[in-house]
Amino acid sequence: MSISSIFIILISAIFVNNFVLSRFLGVCPFLGVSKQVETAMGMGMAVTFVMTMASIITYVAQRFILDTLGIEYMQTIVFILVIASLVQLVEMVIQKTSYTLYQSLGVYLPLITTNCAVLGLTILNIQNEYNLIELIFHAIGAAIGFSLAIVLFAAIRERMELADLPVVFKGFPVALLTAGLMSLAFMGFMGLV
Amino acid sequence: MNIEGILYPAVSLGGLGLLFGAGLAFAAQKFKVDVDPKITTIRDLLPGANCGGCGLPGCDSFARAVAAGEAPVDGCPVGGPELADALAEVMGVEVAGSAKKVAKVICNGGSDKCKEKFIYNGIQDCIAANMVNGGSKSCKYGCLGLGTCVTVCPFDAIEITDTGLAKIIPEKCTACLKCVEACPKNVITMVPYEQEVVITCNSNDPGKVVRQKCSVGCIACQICVKACPEQAIDFENNLAFINYDKCTNCYICVEKCPTKAIEGRLKKEEEAPAAV
Repeated sequence: MSISSIFIILISAIFVNNFVLSRFLGVCPFLGVSKQVETAMGMGMAVTFVMTMASIITYVAQRFILDTLGIEYMQTIVFILVIASLVQLVEMVIQKTSYTLYQSLGVYLPLITTNCAVLGLTILNIQNEYNLIELIFHAIGAAIGFSLAIVLFAAIRERMELADLPVVFKGFPVALLTAGLMSLAFMGFMGLV
Repeated sequence: MNIEGILYPAVSLGGLGLLFGAGLAFAAQKFKVDVDPKITTIRDLLPGANCGGCGLPGCDSFARAVAAGEAPVDGCPVGGPELADALAEVMGVEVAGSAKKVAKVICNGGSDKCKEKFIYNGIQDCIAANMVNGGSKSCKYGCLGLGTCVTVCPFDAIEITDTGLAKIIPEKCTACLKCVEACPKNVITMVPYEQEVVITCNSNDPGKVVRQKCSVGCIACQICVKACPEQAIDFENNLAFINYDKCTNCYICVEKCPTKAIEGRLKKEEEAPAAV
């Protein structure tokens, strides 16, 4: 494993296989929490933290529990358990340490529990047979990719609020169109790695 | 069938669940945030309209502010004095004794009393009409009566009269200030609920101009200022103001006003003026 392979993993997770725009994972918060750039950034940060932590813990659980006992088919349910507990823990810690951050994240923090991007990431980590360092970078890349997509999308939507659109397109229809166009645009990265 | 096939997943999943559960229980103890029990009590007492009338974003913030002593216990306009008493009991303080206020349209110049400048056929909204040379009413301070306040009122307390004036029903008004903010003419003010005598003119024009435009405007004659036995009426910018702290609702000014620009029936709609 070299620096270049880590770099490739990172770039591939951010751009080429962007979790939202190429893999279509985590679309729910992508559409739900993207009305303002500020909240989108908060969501991105929370997701970054949870993704990284979840990747490490699920890797340990996979290697030392599932693989040892030969019950790999329990992967999904065990990973969900890990992620849910982790989000709960993160919520408690944030509430204790930074009440302002807790308030600004609001309901989105517990929403990460059911964010399929996190579960998808942890399962992909195992499927791709990454080692610990690789999967940490894969997680960071995925989280940056998610944050990038959601912040860009939020910025576009903020402008869209002010645009003079036909009534039928206002609100969600145009948001969905925008998401589709962004996804097309990210196809341009294909073949980069 | 081997027993391990059931045992391993059950035990490992159960074990993990137990482990995480215990970890979370421990974390909940360790990272416990002490929520002031007062906040929950206060929040339960509040009406929960989230109208923002207190100046804070929603009832939750108001509850926190009250518990922290940053907001007055009588800060909620919707709850009124009863709520203020209840909150004062929770907080262990005395109510400062501020009376309930209601919004009041200080214009009586309906279409029968105030002349029109032109016929307005645009969007039926005061803000839009106000952009067209200040609306069709000849008096630029008067109520346009197109009902922007009616639209924003969350409590259904405003109606438009036949003469094209907004009228606030004091019994329904909760003093959330939404209409005061929405009115492009700033013709809605807050008046104590108990106050009966109110000057119903908002015009800063000099007397002669007012007389030309409207038959019930304040013509800046200052008769009420001189007549008031309590010196409760001030005069500024061609308009009289009643100091509600001093006013005793004696109705002398109501009788003296030559243009009937002082209204003496905010609360008692049909009662004879000389009753007090």
